[in-house]
Amino acid sequence: MDSKTPAVKMRDITKTFGPVVANDKVWLDIYRGEILALLGENGSGKTTLMNMLSGIYFPDEGRIYVDGKEAVIRDPADAYRYGIGMIHQHFKLVDVLTAVENIVLGLHEPGRLNLAKAAERIKAICDAYGFEVDPYQKVYDMSVSQKQTVEIVKVLYRGADILILDEPTAVLVPQEADKLFAVLRNMRDDGKAIVIITHKMHEVESLSDRVAILNRGRFVGDMLTKNTNAQEMTNMMVGRPVTLNIDRPVPVDPKPRVEVKGLTVRSDDGIVKLDNVSFTARSGEILGIAGISGCGQKELLEAIAGLQPTEKGSICYVEDDGMKEELVGKDPLAIASMGVSLSFVPEDRLGMGLVGSMDLTDNMMLRSFRRGHSPFANRKAPRLLAEQVVKELEVNTPGVSTPVRRLSGGNVQKVLVGREISSAPTVLLTAYAVRGLDINSSYIIYDLINQQKKRGVAVIYVGEDLDVLLELCDRILVLCGGKVSGIVDGPGADKHKIGMMMTQLGGEEAHE
Amino acid sequence: MFDFLAFIPRAIAQGIPLLFGSTGETLTEKSGNLNLGIPGIMYVGGICGVIGAFLYEQSLPSPAEINTFLGILIPLLSSMLGSLCMGFIYCLLTVTMRANQNVTGLALTTFGVGFGNFFGGSLIKLSGSELPSVILSTTSNCFRLSLPFADKLGWFGKVFLSYGFLAYLAVVVALIAAHILKRTRAGLNLRAVGENPATADAAGINVSKYKYFATCIGSMIAGLGGLYYVMDYAGGIWTNDAFGDRGWLAIALVIFTVWRSDVGVLASFLFGGLYILHMYIPCGMNLAVKELYKMIPYVITIVVLVITSMRNKRENQPPESLGVAYFREER
Repeated sequence: MDSKTPAVKMRDITKTFGPVVANDKVWLDIYRGEILALLGENGSGKTTLMNMLSGIYFPDEGRIYVDGKEAVIRDPADAYRYGIGMIHQHFKLVDVLTAVENIVLGLHEPGRLNLAKAAERIKAICDAYGFEVDPYQKVYDMSVSQKQTVEIVKVLYRGADILILDEPTAVLVPQEADKLFAVLRNMRDDGKAIVIITHKMHEVESLSDRVAILNRGRFVGDMLTKNTNAQEMTNMMVGRPVTLNIDRPVPVDPKPRVEVKGLTVRSDDGIVKLDNVSFTARSGEILGIAGISGCGQKELLEAIAGLQPTEKGSICYVEDDGMKEELVGKDPLAIASMGVSLSFVPEDRLGMGLVGSMDLTDNMMLRSFRRGHSPFANRKAPRLLAEQVVKELEVNTPGVSTPVRRLSGGNVQKVLVGREISSAPTVLLTAYAVRGLDINSSYIIYDLINQQKKRGVAVIYVGEDLDVLLELCDRILVLCGGKVSGIVDGPGADKHKIGMMMTQLGGEEAHE
Repeated sequence: MFDFLAFIPRAIAQGIPLLFGSTGETLTEKSGNLNLGIPGIMYVGGICGVIGAFLYEQSLPSPAEINTFLGILIPLLSSMLGSLCMGFIYCLLTVTMRANQNVTGLALTTFGVGFGNFFGGSLIKLSGSELPSVILSTTSNCFRLSLPFADKLGWFGKVFLSYGFLAYLAVVVALIAAHILKRTRAGLNLRAVGENPATADAAGINVSKYKYFATCIGSMIAGLGGLYYVMDYAGGIWTNDAFGDRGWLAIALVIFTVWRSDVGVLASFLFGGLYILHMYIPCGMNLAVKELYKMIPYVITIVVLVITSMRNKRENQPPESLGVAYFREER
């Protein structure tokens, strides 16, 4: 392998953001005809490093060589000139434009704008690698996977032969991910260099030829995938040995805690988001909710927390002695005071739980400021809580008075989950609690959730990584287009069967 | 009896400043800059034209010796220069220094009106006029030249051919702007910049350059609205504050036309008509009714705002990053 010349050589790359060193003298080689997996914890600088290759950032120090020649990449246009294209985690597409308009955006092709001609070229690219794209579809009408396809075609259309994908599977169901991997392998066999940033170990093992690992902005090492294993890679990422097992303690004395019957929810524009959903969440048990994103998971959790008006159906909170209390029609504050805690992490990480421009202490206070009788808020308790969360969950922050917005995505999530758990809930609702979290932080979160389960909390866990759902949850409820496609027992459940239930049963197409 | 033949040309003439203003603002907003300085910029465009014309007229031995070409060119260029400066200040503050767009825009409007009134007042003093206005009828005559045979064509000539060249320019500019936005590479890139600058940037578009160009050109177009108002509509008579709230109406018109300057052509005439409707509807001695008619354009704007925000069609929404400064390395 060493006899080949690298397509890209990065040498001594350093990038700082104010006092934060994102990359510290990083070396990286990328070869053609190879899929390189770039690994690292949250905030270890993977995305920053790749952004310097694609021209979003400019390195403070260090040199980049493309095909042996020194390259200066000042902006994305430069990157395309060197054949480097990046598919960002948050898609860089203009929603109101069509696929073809997005693809030709910013190009300096000779002659007048000719969308029909561009559409033909797009079709040729699609045929070559096995994509499906409707050039004249508007981006806002597309599913996540379609948008991703457009992103890839966009990069190929510009003649890129070095492709960087930042967490491409974070938003895909297993079948879509498999399709993507097939395409990536096609491109690799075509002689393109591919870099993929991911947190999912099984993807690294099944897809990549080589892995490179970053730890806290430093380059730790690279090796051939076939010569290593998940355990070794994780240890290198974290910098110390870690265990890679998700516990699933047997539920102790499960009792019904939340009973949902015939719940129907309609969104503001009249689309049915939940259709006759019924299930029971029991104490001391983790109920997983699987489904393609936008199939009603958000509405379900919000309905339980009292944030979403419901059309039909009932949601009952069941006390230990069997007393039932209807939650529909109660305001969120009353529901929260009954012990139902929503740690909801919506699609944009800072949406509903935290205020980005406020610091950690103030965000802790959002839950507790109503307590106490003096007209002044008590800042001491939230401050202590913030410090405790930082310490226990290993939040990477300069201090508790840093605005939450400045933290990296994973750390934001830790703060939110930490706060919700601290209020000693009896029902814990979490959505995408580990989205974007690296493997080590994810395990800390799983551990926290398991601790809550052992305390007798009824946990409803909306997740997107099926492997995790299968390992963590006692039961899994599969949603498809707002309908319950089935409820499966966690132990012994089959991944592909659940994948099928997510996409097909119910008979209706998923909205959004 | 409602006199359409008198009403329509007045409505169109009334609509032209709005059309210039809204075309300029549409271009600007498509780049993601919400330029609330448009009223000030139009005002500055007007007064700068007046200054240019005033200095030129003063340099002539007698008004009769005016050179029609120079008489148009000098006010035109000074007007465009003035509004260009305003647009440039706006860009410098909001794009380069990333100041808040609303505050900057409102400040520019206040500044522009003050600037106009200051120089307006000075010129009135200099000209030694009895009235509180600068009268530039010689220059105005150059701007108001219409086709010589227009009068002979009856109602057709009156409705379509009775205007000065700036009126036709306004329509042409609006149609060209619509074409550029819709059909050209530059237009596509500009729309992307206004919708999602991070995407545009990643696609290799120079976001700042597009914002600067769109905003400065938009400002110059809007400034012509001020020039048209003084030189053509008002007959070359500058009176402080006479321009009124046309600048705000132009901004309302942008929303009314859902960011399409070709729609703006007819919409501006409609607004122009509504603006002067109170003069053509007989309402007897009851002046209160007249005041109610004057409200119509604003009521319509509010109604349109309500309707557009209820419609869910994505194409009819404002550019997504309108009003937001872009900084590539924002974390």
